[in-house]
Amino acid sequence: MEDMILYNRLQFAFTITFHYLFPQLTMGLSLMIVYFKFMFLRTHLIHFNDAAKFWMKIFALNFAMGVVTGIPMEFQFGTNWAKFSELTGSIVGQTLAMEGMFSFFLESSFLGMFIFGEKLLGQKLHFFAGFMVFLGSWASGYLIIATHSWMQHPVGYEILENGKFALTNFGALFSNPWLWPSYLHNQAGSLITASFFVSAVGAFYLLSDRHAAFGKLFLKTGVVFGVISSIVVAFPTGDLVAKNVVKYQPVTFAAMEGIFETEDGGAEIILLGQPDMINKQLDNKIAVPNILSFLTYQRWDAQIKGLNEFQESVHPTNVPGLYYAYHIMAGLGTIFIAIMSISAFLLFRKKLYTTKWILWILMFAIPFPYIANTAGWYTAELGRQPWLVYNLMRMVKGVSPTVSSGNTLFTFLGFVGLYILLGLLFFMLVLKIIRNGPAIKAAH
Amino acid sequence: METFWFVVLVVMLATYIVLDGYDFGAGIVHLFVAKNDEERKAVTNAIGPFWDANEVWLIASGGVLFFAFPTLYASSFSGFYLPLMLVLWLLIFRAVGLELRGQLHNRLWERVWDTAFGMASLLLALFFGAALGNVVRGVNLGMVENGVSQQEAPYFFLPLWNPTFDPLAAHQGIIDWFTIVLGVVSVLSLSIHGANWIILKTNSTINARLRPLIFKLNVILLLLVIASALLWHYVRPVAISNFKQYYWLWIFPVIAVIGLLGQFRIRAFKKDYSGFICSSLFIVGSFGSTAASMFPNLLPSTNSINPSLTVHNASANAYGLSAGLSWFIVAAILVIVYFIIQFRVFKGKLDDVGYGEH
Repeated sequence: MEDMILYNRLQFAFTITFHYLFPQLTMGLSLMIVYFKFMFLRTHLIHFNDAAKFWMKIFALNFAMGVVTGIPMEFQFGTNWAKFSELTGSIVGQTLAMEGMFSFFLESSFLGMFIFGEKLLGQKLHFFAGFMVFLGSWASGYLIIATHSWMQHPVGYEILENGKFALTNFGALFSNPWLWPSYLHNQAGSLITASFFVSAVGAFYLLSDRHAAFGKLFLKTGVVFGVISSIVVAFPTGDLVAKNVVKYQPVTFAAMEGIFETEDGGAEIILLGQPDMINKQLDNKIAVPNILSFLTYQRWDAQIKGLNEFQESVHPTNVPGLYYAYHIMAGLGTIFIAIMSISAFLLFRKKLYTTKWILWILMFAIPFPYIANTAGWYTAELGRQPWLVYNLMRMVKGVSPTVSSGNTLFTFLGFVGLYILLGLLFFMLVLKIIRNGPAIKAAH
Repeated sequence: METFWFVVLVVMLATYIVLDGYDFGAGIVHLFVAKNDEERKAVTNAIGPFWDANEVWLIASGGVLFFAFPTLYASSFSGFYLPLMLVLWLLIFRAVGLELRGQLHNRLWERVWDTAFGMASLLLALFFGAALGNVVRGVNLGMVENGVSQQEAPYFFLPLWNPTFDPLAAHQGIIDWFTIVLGVVSVLSLSIHGANWIILKTNSTINARLRPLIFKLNVILLLLVIASALLWHYVRPVAISNFKQYYWLWIFPVIAVIGLLGQFRIRAFKKDYSGFICSSLFIVGSFGSTAASMFPNLLPSTNSINPSLTVHNASANAYGLSAGLSWFIVAAILVIVYFIIQFRVFKGKLDDVGYGEH
């Protein structure tokens, strides 16, 4: 039983981590492509159209990877977490089915038209197709976060005698107080990934002295989108998400922040430290007094409950993991604001394109938004453990009763092998597209 | 209400098989019939703008199954664990093959992904047929042994095969002689369907060879369909009872027969879409017949202790189902509009307008 839970969790964590590398870029990028296409319609500068088409190539490859790694996500609810599916399917299945019907059809139909149909559609309809792709990808994120929010903060349900969850209020799924802050936080996070990606390609072009005109356009666009999204991700969206956690999952909040003992005179914010689970304390900590209380309740002396206040059975399963995931996310988020603010300042002073050191930073920053977004998901998901449905259904109650641990281990290893292969191929092809650049594409 | 969602699910799955079915068929044709690079390119271009949206029907059907019949979803997905994982990996390979093929212009690269796409299409067609065979045949729900349930009532687990290949054995496998026959029927009918789509969408040199091939394959298909109908009756005698009770259900087998026999006139057709319509009719008719023979069962139980999963005992609560109805109608209208737009934008043969290049 222990191995079975472990392998099922590993498989889900691995497949969803890999999957989410792709949608986080496509959601952000789709908005930037719509922007390029819009600028082309307004200015008639072919430059913008080439930029839109160039990014569409990278979008299409990411989208395909997102689709093929997304299908296993839906399947795994039934294959590996059958009890969870049986008991809650009439609710989580509802929002997942809506995702298929409302967003996948929209995205895939119009993506084909956007990629293949520029000549057939004419420029205005081509813009429209791009806009629909954007709409579809953001709707998809919305419905996934709606599903996720229900698991974090279940609403509109009743539990029947046989243990099944039955939906009693459809509207509640979408007025869930957990939903909008999480959704906007997530979308801002994916815009950060796209902004850093676009800026990095721009920086690469300027540093390697090729496609200079596109390099400047990408840098400018990436930095403008980046400075806005990296601020929005912290305030107001990140702040609102944190307030939800305090309100609905106080024990999770304590673990995230690394607070073991309740401090009555106001809680300090912890910048660094290592949770020590044996002595129930934080080792080597560097902290600023009273800030956390202020951020959470707008009062310097507000009380924030520590982990020791709660029974150990409701503590998050992996407190150090949760603590580190949260601090990596928040720490990187702060660094993003710094990088993008400096870049925006240099852009404003017209020095960005010639300041080598910031271009190097922007070019090598690519992996970090991915790490921050992944750490963000881990914060949310580890924060919910040991529950599948918060406070109502334990994770151990959700696994498939008939699938043995050997089978799960076998398929887990299969996914690892397959995804490593896919990842290498993807990496190689994206590098090739970037190296060829937009200009060659136009001549093609 | 449960019956309504059963119909929705059947219609969505039938749409999926008709639409993605021609992609699979094109993949199989591509593997065996396309001789040179130009022909291979013609085949992949014929499905280029469509396959992505076609595959969404599978994902959306899965979603509807999940929320409307959660017990069936949970039971069958964990019960058919291994074959479903293989299906997933094949779907990934097939999509990757299609997507990556054109990214590099290198002969070895193209051959590798062409083969991945073709083989995955072939195996998926075989697996989907075999899967249908498993659902028709039924499984040992609750894994009853000597009159005692080893598991909770709706759960089971099937290995890939057992040594006897006997569909009526107590310890069933996914693959036995009955499911293999249905798998082969599926491969043949989707190959024909895919060939018809290629004829419809291209002016390739391959088309002249496809028509006589369709005729020959259809002869084998006709024989196998007759054989499988008899085997079906042997494996699951009750399958006929719905047809005895409701005579109007015979419309489905009739549609299938019209489609099947229509294929034999393939060489006489003046319009290129006639063949495609016939193969679509055959697919819709035979899948409709299967669904009609099953109702109200979703997954029959082969033991007498645990009841079969039916539309009634596997469905979500009534409120959930009716809430789903309101958004589903809106979504279905939108989806139909997208598909009409898509087919109008990409109408006609691809080499006439040249949308295959990008």
